Amino acid sequence: MMKGAFVWAIFALTLAVLAAAPFFLEAYGLGLLIGLLGYVTLASAWGLFSGRTGYVSLATVAFFGVGAYAVAALNEVLPYPLVLLVAALAGLGLALAVGLSTLRLAGVYFVIFTFGLAELVRQLVTWYEINVTGTLGRYIFMDLGPEHIYWQLLALAAATLFITWRIDRSRLGLALRVIADDEVVAAHLGIDLARTKLALFALSSVIVTLVGAIQAPRWTYIEPAIVFNPTVSFLTLVMALLGGASRLWGPALGAVPLFLLFEWLSANFPNHYSILLGLLFIAIVFALPKGVFAFAEMHLKTRGGEKRIVPVEAESKP
Amino acid sequence: MTAALLTVSSLSKRFGGLVAVKNVSFDVAAGEITGLLGPNGSGKTTVLNMISGSFKPSAGAIELAGARLSGLPAHKIAALGVARTFQLVRILPSLTVAENVLAALAFRRERLWGVEAKERADALLEEVGLSGRGRESAADLTYIDQKRMELARALAAEPRLLLLDEWLAGLNPGELRVGIDLIAGLREKGVTILLVEHVMEAVRALCGRAVVMNAGVKIAEGNTAKVLENPEVVQAYLGGEDA
Ligand SMILES: Nc1ncnc2c1ncn2[C@@H]1O[C@H](COP(=O)(O)OP(=O)(O)OP(=O)(O)O)[C@@H](O)[C@H]1O
Ligand SMILES: [Mg+2]
Repeated sequence: MMKGAFVWAIFALTLAVLAAAPFFLEAYGLGLLIGLLGYVTLASAWGLFSGRTGYVSLATVAFFGVGAYAVAALNEVLPYPLVLLVAALAGLGLALAVGLSTLRLAGVYFVIFTFGLAELVRQLVTWYEINVTGTLGRYIFMDLGPEHIYWQLLALAAATLFITWRIDRSRLGLALRVIADDEVVAAHLGIDLARTKLALFALSSVIVTLVGAIQAPRWTYIEPAIVFNPTVSFLTLVMALLGGASRLWGPALGAVPLFLLFEWLSANFPNHYSILLGLLFIAIVFALPKGVFAFAEMHLKTRGGEKRIVPVEAESKP
Repeated sequence: MTAALLTVSSLSKRFGGLVAVKNVSFDVAAGEITGLLGPNGSGKTTVLNMISGSFKPSAGAIELAGARLSGLPAHKIAALGVARTFQLVRILPSLTVAENVLAALAFRRERLWGVEAKERADALLEEVGLSGRGRESAADLTYIDQKRMELARALAAEPRLLLLDEWLAGLNPGELRVGIDLIAGLREKGVTILLVEHVMEAVRALCGRAVVMNAGVKIAEGNTAKVLENPEVVQAYLGGEDA
């Protein structure tokens, strides 16, 4: 109980400090924080589904891009809150359609399908823009200051963490752990596997869509190649894996150092950025398959275990 | 005989060219323990798998108190009141012993969650001889204790029909005695059980009625003592070198 209250106090305090940041930061600092919060949210939403079901999704950018495009297409015809709502619904619709058709696929087939899906959506949007609207890119002119984008993202990040925390303590959270252990047993206990996975996929996808929608006004000009860039999916995945995708704080804590590192790399080695990214990805998957926190915990546990073994041995000797 | 709770009619299962279950029909009466016997590979587990929804029948029908089970997915069959244990124990290894049982309580028809569920889980663990072991990791249990936990998990659902697939296999004589008493106790409480078992001592002690299969076909059905004297049954067991 004490520990819980302490964690909540830290959470509230961090949130308050972060909420006040726009009053103290220069434009560059705020821009950096917006990018960072975007990835914290993307990685957390990714972990919410993939970390808890084991379905590795590379569709992140499909939803992200749909959110951004919804804002680009609608910001002049609808009031902003409605634009966000429509974006969320578009993400939900896509998630349900994709989920219903693919959550039966296992393992690598799902990975490939989601990657293909992101490309498909990008091609469809490109085709539509060229053949129907007759343009490739769109301009977004909205009088939303960066601080407003920042606060929205902060609220979304906090909501994502809070929802994840609630789910982990709910029946749904237990269902997910049972499914991860043994799908046959899960079904025999009365758990509807398809519905459970679909619900989580939809929730995660809507959050990702909203990240894209909220960040869209930052770009002023968007085109499919920018908002459907597959690097977004890969970065999200690497960040979540680094921190430990099945943990509440894992993806967020993985996102912070990696985002800063990527910013630094892209500023200093723009030509070798992709190669460095790939190498880092490989290193993380090989060295820390379950994330840094599981790695640290494992080492702490082995040490604790050794300590416990000694007295037992001593007792057994007469 | 009381009314049939489970009715299996002309049930068949094909795996490619192999017909594992051929045109099998039988009833399980409410409140009784019915034995499902037969030599290795005769199709007993396959029948249980079709009842619980692990496999879809190739042909035939399964009904529980008039509701059709055949064709339904496993989670819907569970919701209608069927629970089971597995021939090769299936624990949830990353969960604790209590959580294994809580999972069943949380998703049964009348869901139980929170403090009430924890108390119920503790009571169920006590019933199967695992009292006070709830916080241990399920993966750390011995094989026998894993079987006990699996039974507690199946009982947590408060099933109308309980399917036990060789739950007594691998127990030493002392444990077997305890296991038989445990199952007899369930019958006292009115649980209907379909029991797949090779241990004849247990079959004689527990099952009023028995169905015998051989090579996918039902070869006998009726009073257990009489069925076990049936020449065809004796022949099947001797021929299968599996008495
Ligand atoms: N999933 C499956 N795929 C293919 N064949 C199967 C499958 N399950 C069972 N069989 C085959 O069906 C036949 C019946 O198997 P089943 O497991 O039902 O027998 P059993 O009576 O339970 O035997 P035992 O007493 O050894 O457990 C066997 O020949 C088995 O190899
Ligand atoms: Mg069997």
